Amino acid sequence: MGVAEAVALCRPEVVCAYPITPQTHIVEHLSDMVRAGDLDPCEYVTVESEFSAMSVCIGASAAGARAYTATASQGLLYMAEALFNASGLGLPIVMTCANRAVGAPINIWNDHSDAMSQRDSGWIQLYAETNQEALDLHIQAFRIAEELSLPVMVCMDGFILTHAFERIDVPAQEQVDSFLPPFKPRQILDPDDPVTIGAVVGPEAFFEVKYLAHAKQIDALDLIPEIASEFSTTFGRESGGLIRSYRADDAETIVVALGSVLGTIEDVVDELREQGVKIGVVAIKSFRPFPLEEVREALCDAERVVVLEKALAVGIGGIVSANVRMALSGIHLHGYTVIAGLGGRPITKKSLHRLFADAIEDELEPLSFLDLDRERVDRELRRMRDEHRPGPHAENIVRDMGIVGSRSH
Amino acid sequence: MPYQKLKMYQTGTFVVGNRLLDPDERSVQARTERSNTLTSGHRACQGCGEALGARYALDAAMRATEGKLIAANATGCLEVFSTPFPESSWQLPWIHSLFANAAPVATGVQAALRAKGRTDVRVVGQGGDGGTVDIGFACLSGMFERNDDVLYICYDNEAYMNTGVQRSGATPPAVRTANTKPIGDHPGNVFGQGKNVPLIAMAHEIPYVATATVAELRDLEHKVERAMELRGARYIHIFVPCPLGWGSASRDTIRLARLVKETGLFPVFEAEHGEVTGVSKIRRRIPVEEYLKLQRRYAHLFGDPPRTDIVERIQADADRNIRRFGLQPDEDEGRDLPGAATDAAGLDAKPHDLAGPGEESDLMRMLAETHRGPQ
Amino acid sequence: MFEVRIHGRGGQGAVTAAELLSVAAFNEGRHAQAFPSFGSERSGAPVVAFCRIDDREIRVRDPVAEPDALIIQDPTLLHQVNVFSGLSPEGCILINSGRSLDELGLGDLTERFRHERMLTVPATDLAREHLGRPVPNLVLLGGFAALSGVVSLDSVAAAIRGKYSGKVAEGNVAAATEAFGFVRGEIEEVARA
Repeated sequence: MGVAEAVALCRPEVVCAYPITPQTHIVEHLSDMVRAGDLDPCEYVTVESEFSAMSVCIGASAAGARAYTATASQGLLYMAEALFNASGLGLPIVMTCANRAVGAPINIWNDHSDAMSQRDSGWIQLYAETNQEALDLHIQAFRIAEELSLPVMVCMDGFILTHAFERIDVPAQEQVDSFLPPFKPRQILDPDDPVTIGAVVGPEAFFEVKYLAHAKQIDALDLIPEIASEFSTTFGRESGGLIRSYRADDAETIVVALGSVLGTIEDVVDELREQGVKIGVVAIKSFRPFPLEEVREALCDAERVVVLEKALAVGIGGIVSANVRMALSGIHLHGYTVIAGLGGRPITKKSLHRLFADAIEDELEPLSFLDLDRERVDRELRRMRDEHRPGPHAENIVRDMGIVGSRSH
Repeated sequence: MPYQKLKMYQTGTFVVGNRLLDPDERSVQARTERSNTLTSGHRACQGCGEALGARYALDAAMRATEGKLIAANATGCLEVFSTPFPESSWQLPWIHSLFANAAPVATGVQAALRAKGRTDVRVVGQGGDGGTVDIGFACLSGMFERNDDVLYICYDNEAYMNTGVQRSGATPPAVRTANTKPIGDHPGNVFGQGKNVPLIAMAHEIPYVATATVAELRDLEHKVERAMELRGARYIHIFVPCPLGWGSASRDTIRLARLVKETGLFPVFEAEHGEVTGVSKIRRRIPVEEYLKLQRRYAHLFGDPPRTDIVERIQADADRNIRRFGLQPDEDEGRDLPGAATDAAGLDAKPHDLAGPGEESDLMRMLAETHRGPQ
Repeated sequence: MFEVRIHGRGGQGAVTAAELLSVAAFNEGRHAQAFPSFGSERSGAPVVAFCRIDDREIRVRDPVAEPDALIIQDPTLLHQVNVFSGLSPEGCILINSGRSLDELGLGDLTERFRHERMLTVPATDLAREHLGRPVPNLVLLGGFAALSGVVSLDSVAAAIRGKYSGKVAEGNVAAATEAFGFVRGEIEEVARA
């Protein structure tokens, strides 16, 4: 609800919607607003696929309209080609990604696999910790997008944030108008001044065009904090930026994470601090562009860094941690990658206490998996080795266990 | 003195200047003030039917909209040969995004225009058969289903030409393409596949669907003009020969377009809201061989031994089209009148139901020889 | 922080109950958070919703593992799902039923928990009476206000009126008010016993 209202306040002119759990209520609410005349002028297009949704945004943005859509998971992947196209064409589209796991196996619950899979698509990626920040980031996103001519993806955890009720402050229209001026693109499709957009660019120029996209994201490292600062002045609260440190200044152990899990982590960190443990948190808000310098500065004095991430690069390990490692090049400290929460598995305070206790004692593997059912996977691995027959793993595990029906927490 | 009935066909279709017509009845191409929307300098092959079709169609659309037109183009030959960065042949606002999304990009453009109150500016989405019939099909159907105010034009050269002549859902049976070669007993592209997108468009009951060829310029222009008089989803499917992909002579492009219609293989018609409103009848039946023999992509049908069985199947398809769409010539047309005129396109074919050749005037014979060219 | 877990079946409005409970807490100037556990949400399948109430900002987001209170909207869940998991011995339980704990087969639970904090209320019947429909979710909030004292009945009523209007709102408020009185009465009775 809050996100839909924030988007509406930004006066989008074209909104397209293809339903996918858990983003549906955002675009439904926008549809209601358009139909009621509360969001006007705005064309709401119900498309037949996410690929179409992004394509409609591309056409609309190229014609000079402020364009928005929302998706998650399979939908994000389905528009993958269009994501690269939008960023390559420099179109300032804003999109909500209601982070959700990517199948197979099909799973509607939260993790960061979807957005992480598109981290190199050229889109700016911002991660919200709370519903308030999700709302705020959308307003900042349109500003960032239009100043840079780059599309921006606002990531918010599916269900955990999208379906939670919490206190949010929805700004007034005048405030947003003062922060976000009307969209005035440099080049648009206009019969009065025809341009060709999307030409074939060969080896003699492609490299330069691509480099410029990278250069723009590097520029964003300056712009994002500026916009966050201006936001803070206009709306009276901190939101966004590149990273946020919590009790990390004198910390020996620093936990790095993205998104809503940071709230739970901070509660645990507070409890540990009460016991005298020198532990802190660095929240990454902007994942693309990745704030290498800021991360380095925030982490360089720690003894150990635990990167807790909700995505897995199958075949190698952590994604966020690889980026963090890059930031820490040349600095010697203990680095731990913890993959957690995949497919919506809850990350509990209890488990985090155990995890951090192990980390502090340096009793963690470089790569570990929080609350993974070791026994179950070992059984399946043994079976695979013994039987040498292929087959989908999820089904095999289910068959082994004879599970029928659902489980509640 | 023998009575000779002269038929004045659309002289403009072959002679662009068509001086015999009133100025306001002439083709857009005959006017010096035409937009040249796809202007010279593009890298299309000699004899490219798509380049011709695109110029014809868009110039007509530009005239109908007084130059207030935006085009969204799919990936394909047209896009590639018209925009070799940093040059562009397009004299209208033009965007190329991806292979499959010309339709939704066009939808997005017109949604933006509507949001801004600029409904005087119209939008065209265009692409080849690959981008329209296959990979862009779901998106196209979505655009139709929403009745978005977009004219979509498909330039159908019956294969993925830009990538080297591979089979598409628009490739007719028995065609040789890079991945439907007539090896062994295979006829080339198999029978019983393929889709008729104009009919599918009609099934969406959109305001306007039409087929056309590059052989009949005024007809094509009229259809574009008609389409631009209407609002909502509109579709025009244009048959455009590809000399390179078909193995045909570059000078035969327009002839092939005429033949495909006169054989009945490509019905030319108009429809509104799912019902056929008009067909362009065949003037004189031509057997399919006359069309097939001009293209190396069908050469395997005329080898040793000739595949007369396949040619018969193709002929049967043509006959079915004629029956289905009511394309057969009217009774007194094309019969064996003394001195029956042969078409200036050089078709001195002998249709099934003619009694025999009539007298040929010297002029007609000379023209026939000119346009048939060296064999 | 006070943590509540609401157990119900899909379609019974457990999520709405959690939401309005959080709104009731907002109305009293407190921080609150409500969210569902996102299992299968087909009608009839077991669902769980959570609500946290605190005087400071609530940052934690994991499912409520150790609730201070339970609301059981559907007694058929009692022997199907381990609804009592993690409940502290001081915790309170409100069960939607016209039957007693013993009749529900929960007599032994009084050993684990404080029996004066385990109460039942015939919320579905009250709903039928005041709303004409067997929808007990918001009615239970009235009983919960009495049992836990975490929110007032007025705040619950305001929350209901904020989301609904007309007969639906007033019917729910009336039923919730009666549930409040019912539970109040039960508490007094237990105290006297």
